[in-house]
Amino acid sequence: MDTIQKSLLEKLTDLHDIPEGAYNIRANGSLGARNTTANIDIVSKQDKDGIDIIIKPNTKNESVHIPVIISKTGIDDLVYNDFYIGENADVTIVAGCGIHNTGDEKSSHDGIHTFHVGKNAKIKYVERHYGQGDGTGENIMNPKTVIEIDDGGYMEMETTQIKGIDSTERITEAKLGNEAKLVIRESLMTHGKQYAKTDFTVELNGENSSANVVSRSVAKDSSYQVFYSNIKGNNKCAGHTECDAIIMDDAKVCAIPEITANHIDASLIHEAAIGKIAGEQLMKLMTLGLTEQEAEEQIVNGFLK
Amino acid sequence: MLELIDVSFKVSSDEGEKEILKNINLKIDDRFVAITGPNGGGKSTLAKVIAGIYPVTSGKIIFNGTDITNMSITDRAKLGISFAFQQPVRFKGLTVRDLITLASGKQISVSDACAYLSEVGLCARDYIDREINASLSGGELKRIEIAMIMARGTQLSVFDEPEAGIDLWSFNNLIRVFQKMHDQTNGSIMIISHQEKILDIADKIVVVANGEVKSYGKKDEILPELLHRQSAGFGCVKL
Repeated sequence: MDTIQKSLLEKLTDLHDIPEGAYNIRANGSLGARNTTANIDIVSKQDKDGIDIIIKPNTKNESVHIPVIISKTGIDDLVYNDFYIGENADVTIVAGCGIHNTGDEKSSHDGIHTFHVGKNAKIKYVERHYGQGDGTGENIMNPKTVIEIDDGGYMEMETTQIKGIDSTERITEAKLGNEAKLVIRESLMTHGKQYAKTDFTVELNGENSSANVVSRSVAKDSSYQVFYSNIKGNNKCAGHTECDAIIMDDAKVCAIPEITANHIDASLIHEAAIGKIAGEQLMKLMTLGLTEQEAEEQIVNGFLK
Repeated sequence: MLELIDVSFKVSSDEGEKEILKNINLKIDDRFVAITGPNGGGKSTLAKVIAGIYPVTSGKIIFNGTDITNMSITDRAKLGISFAFQQPVRFKGLTVRDLITLASGKQISVSDACAYLSEVGLCARDYIDREINASLSGGELKRIEIAMIMARGTQLSVFDEPEAGIDLWSFNNLIRVFQKMHDQTNGSIMIISHQEKILDIADKIVVVANGEVKSYGKKDEILPELLHRQSAGFGCVKL
């Protein structure tokens, strides 16, 4: 890996070098490096670009890193990654895409991730999107996540996109079985003329299934964000969706939370709030000696943390 | 240390112009000064004018020989003025540790941050990583607000009704906190308060009413007079 690729990898995984455990690094549209373990297998798909990640039942405390790094301009990448998480497994999966585009052509990465979470399996999925580069070429990412959680399974998804991505449409679809649980936390910051659309659809099909979808975002400059979520309660279940946005400058934010109850024992809540930084928050931090700009940075960083 | 010369503050509303502070002249050199007086008399406005939150309409503010009249909140804070809000502000995402670190202006250890919290009667371990959000009660926020001022350790600390919203048990501890600050501080403390117990630990008392300084002097001179009036119906008597 060269220094640009290493720096992208660090942003995505907090790692300075090749990760430990199982990993698959995709660089500029092809396989960069791969490692499998006794319990975690990674196999390239034959019919299209992408990989199958197969985690054996009862695998505990292992992790998989699958970063995608694009450091050339004009790359148009589309991958299909399928995750099979065996029964009773307990693993962490770190995925993400970093684009360093110094050219003037657009670079894009579209990924379709499908999770099959087995019975009573527990997974934490961390997804980061990061773009940099001083060229005029656009950085575009359109990730799609499809989640199926079997009875008693648990999935926690943490998705972060802080600056650098010019255009993104993120679609997440989930179906939950009995006693299954899904927690999604999204952090998003857009600036310049960026556009970001988030679309969550969660179907609570199983008895006592539950979902909590929380989004916090900051829209700066003249960027534009759309948040859409729909939680469907098709059984005795509990669902909560929350979108909290700070709006700055000339940005636009649109929040459309939707909840649909198709069962008498479905209990669903949605909350949405959009507002600018309160003047008294800035003032308080200024009385601690921060400038207005420093105060703003602290408030935004804390909010997205 | 702090001098206000002919300070006035006016606001305009639909009903015309209103003078909240009228030609205030005040020189503060003592370590512990309490400001008291009836509600709506201009005490909080006076504190906010000192901290730079409200600009003066006319007059001058001198702090340690420097004219700070036109300085921003930030510059006054850097120069050595701290201000504890009457109603502390909530921040989604920022933790108690974050704010105490920002207040101290440097990277401090967890044990240092905890020491400030213990001073104000909060069990540090339970609070250090809590978010300054709606999950904290008004009384808890007030104490964190005081801990932040202690962490700053500036020349002048202004507290706007620190006792408001604090329960009786905590109130006695609060008195101890201020007594300790009085004994240990190298700077000056200015407290807006209605509480006799707080007035009692002050070196000097300023009485502000109708936007004017009605009296200013040593505690031993002012307090008996105030208590006497209070027994005669403080709220009704025009000071």
